[in-house]
Amino acid sequence: MLRYIGKRLLQMIPVLIGIAFIIFFIMDFTPGDPARLILGQSATAEAVEQLTEEMGLNDSFFTRFFRYIYNAVVNLDFGVSYRTMKPVFDDVFTRFPVSIYIALCGMIGSTLFGIPLGVLSAVKQYSKLDTAVNVVAMTMVAMPPFWVAMVLILVFSLYLGVLPSAGATTWIHYILPTITLTLANGSAVLRITRSSMLETIRMDYVRTAQAKGVPRRVIIFKHAFKNALLPVITTVGYIFGSLLGGAIICETVFAMPGLGSLIVLSIKMKDIPVVMASIILLALSYGVIMLIVDLMYAFIDPRIKAKYQRG
Amino acid sequence: MSEYNFNNSDKDGYVLEIKDLEVIYETDLETVHAVNNVSFSVRAGETFGLVGETGAGKTTTALSILRLLPDRTGKVTKGEIFFNGENLLELSDEVMRKEINGERVSMIFQDPMTSLNPIMNVGEQIYEALKYHNPEKKTKEELEKRVEETLELVGIPKKRKNEYPHQFSGGMKQRVIIAIALACKPELLIADEPTTALDVTIQAQVLAMMSELNEKLGTATILITHDLGVVANMCDDAAVMYAGELVELGTVEDIFESEDHHPYTVGLFGSIPNLDEERERLQPIEGLMPDPTALPFGCHFQDRCPYCFDRCINEHPQLLKLSDTHSIRCHLFSDKALEVNHD
Ligand SMILES: Nc1ncnc2c1ncn2[C@@H]1O[C@H](COP(=O)(O)OP(=O)(O)O)[C@@H](O)[C@H]1O
Ligand code: SF4
Ligand SMILES: [Mg+2]
Repeated sequence: MLRYIGKRLLQMIPVLIGIAFIIFFIMDFTPGDPARLILGQSATAEAVEQLTEEMGLNDSFFTRFFRYIYNAVVNLDFGVSYRTMKPVFDDVFTRFPVSIYIALCGMIGSTLFGIPLGVLSAVKQYSKLDTAVNVVAMTMVAMPPFWVAMVLILVFSLYLGVLPSAGATTWIHYILPTITLTLANGSAVLRITRSSMLETIRMDYVRTAQAKGVPRRVIIFKHAFKNALLPVITTVGYIFGSLLGGAIICETVFAMPGLGSLIVLSIKMKDIPVVMASIILLALSYGVIMLIVDLMYAFIDPRIKAKYQRG
Repeated sequence: MSEYNFNNSDKDGYVLEIKDLEVIYETDLETVHAVNNVSFSVRAGETFGLVGETGAGKTTTALSILRLLPDRTGKVTKGEIFFNGENLLELSDEVMRKEINGERVSMIFQDPMTSLNPIMNVGEQIYEALKYHNPEKKTKEELEKRVEETLELVGIPKKRKNEYPHQFSGGMKQRVIIAIALACKPELLIADEPTTALDVTIQAQVLAMMSELNEKLGTATILITHDLGVVANMCDDAAVMYAGELVELGTVEDIFESEDHHPYTVGLFGSIPNLDEERERLQPIEGLMPDPTALPFGCHFQDRCPYCFDRCINEHPQLLKLSDTHSIRCHLFSDKALEVNHD
């Protein structure tokens, strides 16, 4: 098993370098002159040219890219932000926890919402409850998250004045974002839980369990639900991964300083070192999440575990 | 204890008596008449063969006994199923689950590959059957010991109890399933084509083991198969099922040695598998079974019967009693019949 984990971690290295290359390449095409951005509009053309030369920005694309990778891999030096002139990770690491909290809140909210309702609607397929749950799920998909966020701010911050509308300093600040993200992502968990449950509940082994006289509750959870979990875990992992850097609407509307808004800001400023560092960090996190998802597979399903152990 | 009082044995010594059972599958689009007026009885300790090609209604009959028909679609529309004198169709779901299923009546399903939970080790799956039928409040250790005993009973070393289904071959999986079914020492075991999905050599092994256990434990067994050869080797009594009906019913001697047979049974004989030949499983007789959503008015077998005459199309044949034990549902025997079993 440890060998499998090691192998997976090693496999991430080429992926990360590939991602770094793509981002570096794209950023190279975006308009804007970093030296000009650093020195400001009033600086002379000579000064800008001199700084460009000093920063090595006149070198060829590949020279710059390999220098970046060399510094990053060998010296763990990801450069200095063009915007703040501080090491990139000063900014990235203060914002990363906020992103993690946001993603955790969205993931936990969606899971707590989606799994019980998904199981319930599958077990009671064709009932009024099932229909009601499906209507709710569809309504949720139809509501744009920015609109939900603004309605929540209007109601809870403006009218009722019970919850803060901006910031990320206390857990109370995370309540409205959690609701927003749950409404945005909960139905995905619900639908995958429901369809996966509907599949396993029809399996022969469920009938075997019924023939054994196992209580219904145990059949639903221990036999059907546990077997239905794999696609649910994948979906939940995917939601977590995508919220890490992709909860931009939430970060913007609730003024939460997360990675997503930092990336958007840095792209606008052509702050290449920050963009690179943020995206590499996100890609690494995503890889780790997918590894955790796969390990959970092995934990649940002995067949998958056996496969991993074979290498 | 239950509010129901099971007397241990019926006066006739029957564990199971099915009377006029009628089962349909009802969907918005159609109604499948899967089981029509089926009656038969199983004596304590005997092996009763239920033979017929795919779609005859064998599995449906079995599921009705355990009350495991699919929730919304499957319905028993008529009939009674007496288990030791108690009509199972009148019991509550709770009593069924707690006191009948898995404890006094067990079932082995057709496909061992899919009938075990892939993510639960086999010991645990046997343990479950014991755990939920434990009126004597045995301790966990005692139950675990019983799990090991049961495994050894079906010829699996007890040290394998922590292994998962994927670590077993098809034949071994079926042994595990048999172990689950026998764990609580049921009075009636329903084996639904227990070997159909297995290799021929493994089939013989599993059947031999079932035979041996049957003798050892004295469990009455309903053996569902489409293989008359299996019936000859294993059963005391047998019924041939066609399009939801029993078309012939008798002792194994009646079925194999009597001169009189339903034309469908004769067709089945033509397809008794020969180990040297390629196995021919389905459609032993030319033609198809009638559409169960629109069964013909007369004899269900008319389209495929070489002896079909006017009466077969105009009148539905009754089960005719040729002797105390032997009955046939066919107009050809109306002269020989002792009495008619009116449906
Ligand atoms: N869940 C179901 N819904 C609708 N029809 C069914 C269902 N299960 C079985 N049937 C139909 O009922 C008839 C009897 O099936 P079954 O009892 O499985 O036969 P056998 O076990 O003898 O092959 C067949 O025509 C089959 O198509
Ligand atoms: S009743 Fe007629 S059609 Fe039916 S099996 Fe007998 S002879 Fe054939
Ligand atoms: Mg069947």
